[in-house]
Amino acid sequence: MAEVLLQLNGISKSFPGVKANENISFEINSGEIHALLGENGAGKSTLVKMIYGLMQPDSGNMKLGSENFRPSEPSKARQSGIAMVFQHFSLFDALNVAENIALGMENPPKINDLSQKIETVSKSYGLPLDPKRLVGQLSAGERQRVEIIRCLLQNPKLLIMDEPTSVLTPNEVTTLFETLLRLKKEGKSILYISHKLEEIREICDFATILRNGEKVGSCTPKNTSAKKIGEMMVGKSFSSPSRKNRTFGEELIKVSNLSVHSKDFFGTSLSNINFSVRVGEILGIGGVAGNGQDEFLGALSGETKTSPKTITLLDQHIGHLRPNQRRELGLRAAPEERLGHAAAPAMSLVENTLMTSHSKDVIDKWGIINFKNISTKTSRIVSEFDVRTPTLDNTAASLSGGNLQKFVIGREILEKPKVFVVNQPTWGVDAAAAAFIRQSILNLASQQSAVIVISQDLDELFEICDTFAVLTNGYMSRIYELGHLSSEDVGLLMGGSDLDLDSHAQT
Amino acid sequence: MIAMLRLEKRRNVSRAWAVTTPLIAVFLTMLFGGIMFGLLLDEFASAFSAIKLIFWDPLFDESFASYARPQLLVKAGPIILIAIGLSIGFKAGIWNIGAEGQYILGAIFGASVALSFYPQESIFIFPIMVLAGAVGGFIWGLIPALLKVYFKTNEILVSLMLVYVAENILASVSQGLLRNPDGMGFPGSRNFKDYPSAFNEEIIINSGMHWGVITAFISVILAYFLFLKHQKGYEIRISGEAPKAAYFAGINPSKTIIFCLGTSGLLAGMAGLFEVAGPAGQITISFNSGYGFTAIIVAFLGRLNPIGILLAGLLMALTYIGGEIAQLMLGLPGASIQLLQGMLLFFLLATDIFTNYRLKFRSL
Repeated sequence: MAEVLLQLNGISKSFPGVKANENISFEINSGEIHALLGENGAGKSTLVKMIYGLMQPDSGNMKLGSENFRPSEPSKARQSGIAMVFQHFSLFDALNVAENIALGMENPPKINDLSQKIETVSKSYGLPLDPKRLVGQLSAGERQRVEIIRCLLQNPKLLIMDEPTSVLTPNEVTTLFETLLRLKKEGKSILYISHKLEEIREICDFATILRNGEKVGSCTPKNTSAKKIGEMMVGKSFSSPSRKNRTFGEELIKVSNLSVHSKDFFGTSLSNINFSVRVGEILGIGGVAGNGQDEFLGALSGETKTSPKTITLLDQHIGHLRPNQRRELGLRAAPEERLGHAAAPAMSLVENTLMTSHSKDVIDKWGIINFKNISTKTSRIVSEFDVRTPTLDNTAASLSGGNLQKFVIGREILEKPKVFVVNQPTWGVDAAAAAFIRQSILNLASQQSAVIVISQDLDELFEICDTFAVLTNGYMSRIYELGHLSSEDVGLLMGGSDLDLDSHAQT
Repeated sequence: MIAMLRLEKRRNVSRAWAVTTPLIAVFLTMLFGGIMFGLLLDEFASAFSAIKLIFWDPLFDESFASYARPQLLVKAGPIILIAIGLSIGFKAGIWNIGAEGQYILGAIFGASVALSFYPQESIFIFPIMVLAGAVGGFIWGLIPALLKVYFKTNEILVSLMLVYVAENILASVSQGLLRNPDGMGFPGSRNFKDYPSAFNEEIIINSGMHWGVITAFISVILAYFLFLKHQKGYEIRISGEAPKAAYFAGINPSKTIIFCLGTSGLLAGMAGLFEVAGPAGQITISFNSGYGFTAIIVAFLGRLNPIGILLAGLLMALTYIGGEIAQLMLGLPGASIQLLQGMLLFFLLATDIFTNYRLKFRSL
């Protein structure tokens, strides 16, 4: 029997109005990859933050080895041999890899010695990384490697990884898993946080499942079906979206020779993108974030203007029009960043509804806002899209991620757009909300609209899309019919190669 | 167990605190201002009377009120008018620091128009002056706006530097172009008190109420309506709140910049005109008295809310007048009054934190 590395006993933590963790107990053995599973808001992050010393439990205790363990800050946790790779990287784009790693160290060695160390560690764990490269030029997968190597340099006993695969391509996931297995072989433990069931079944030895802040079960993932684990996570069985058979009609939107120079220094410029989407069609655009997705959405939403003929909506050239003008013509978009882009954080839901409403019943010709009508509109979004909020006057920032996303998507879909473009529709959203959002996208497509879904989540694209292309480094692949693609094909496309398939959807 | 105080972010902004913090800030200012005066005067008994002289006597003491009460509106009028304009830009995250310059230009434009009609009498002269004052301030506000839109310059720097340009123009015209030809060579224009058609007279005798004060009150109402009900007010707020979201909504940032700087310039220009045509009476080298800068403090003291600005403007005017009285009666140094005004802003900002955060005890 392997020895116990970390033991949690009755950990509880509450915030005003919420019990984030209640009486959670489990053990992590040495040399074990332990999955911590749960929907968003289940309490996973709070729990690991307590292990990593970012927060302290209200009650309960932890034992590391045989000693009591209660880190008051992350540096204490690191000294005890606990390291963490966050979902959102804390790296500086304008510094190189070695400099970034040195910044996070308490007593950094000379940069040359450190570079050498980085190279040694990166080689021995199969994580190729050049210490002299600027972080701004690295892909998301490479950035994650920087974070992992930063942790490995501390020679930790327990490595915590928060949703590590959410930003990776299938090939990068394979590399990551090899590294994790190597670490396991060395006797290190890994606490692996995720809601992706398949990958947990692939590499984890044991899983603890949280729901609403409580531990609801544990299992050996390899011997438990994904369906069963999913039901434990959600607490009920939910149906996957139903797709009716849709026939494709006329071409609704056509994009030709779209090239955009990114305004952001570390952004990705778009090069010569051509495609079209038909009535009833859902086009999925895969690819890892940072390959031009934001720029792509901006060009379609109207935040970036192009020459008129670049974008044609139903025979009308609209490349030069602003976002509100495009909305009037029936082209609507939902950007990825919910707070600050799709919604104004400190403004109420009613005011956020106003963001993309410009019709006469909402704002008259004198510019006077009709708050009664806009409130009615808002309450329709809230009720039809199941947005859980105490009142319509609550600020966007006070909503949970999933609820705000339902609001943002509902706001656009209820206006019945002819073409709807959405970037990462279910990013950071719990499973039930994600299923709901996907279903509403499918419903929209069956009501004579065309939809473009940009997503990193390939499962999602496979679930709802009809046609598929990949955005890599600002270039878009040809469009393929999704039914003819295997996940290996997709991996190849994401690597930038073209497929030799004759089942080309649109010629 | 060690108990520790900790700030915790509120999920929703507390309305109750938003209203009470200014009152607490005023109270703390009185308390610490009193201590300061006590130390200055070496006698704590007179500390109370200093505070009473500043905050109470200008309004309610018989010997001061007849002079001080009208002065309250005379001083508060331009400050409120300018601060309302500034608050519009501040809400959008556009920082016009140069209202003082726009105020000067408004005065020069309006005065020039009046002097060019001199000595004709007509009821149209005063309205034309007001218009000219508005145009003067508008143009001066438009300069940083256009430079920002076309060359991405920083409006804080440009508007501030234009204050110094305006001051030099003021010095130049009061010694040259606009100098009173009958003034025996002294710098300064004709006095509008002697030119009835151009004079901004008190509407009610001994009330301090002149057209500028009326305009200030109207601007409060219009600004209140703008942010409550109007699309433009909404666009301004969202531009300040989340610029990216505003752009996504289809709001043109250039138009917002021009509107905000233009409007605040326009109101400051009008304030300058009403001042030169009324209380000041003439263009002089030292015509401007810092209202444009005081208005920045008032805009924040009033939390960029029109009603708040109205009250803050009155309070600030009170400390000016009361301060003068206290200097006169107790021989307090002028700097101590400025210190008192600084305290007011300091305490307001310090207590402000409780509207967004709550204090919590935590045991370690």
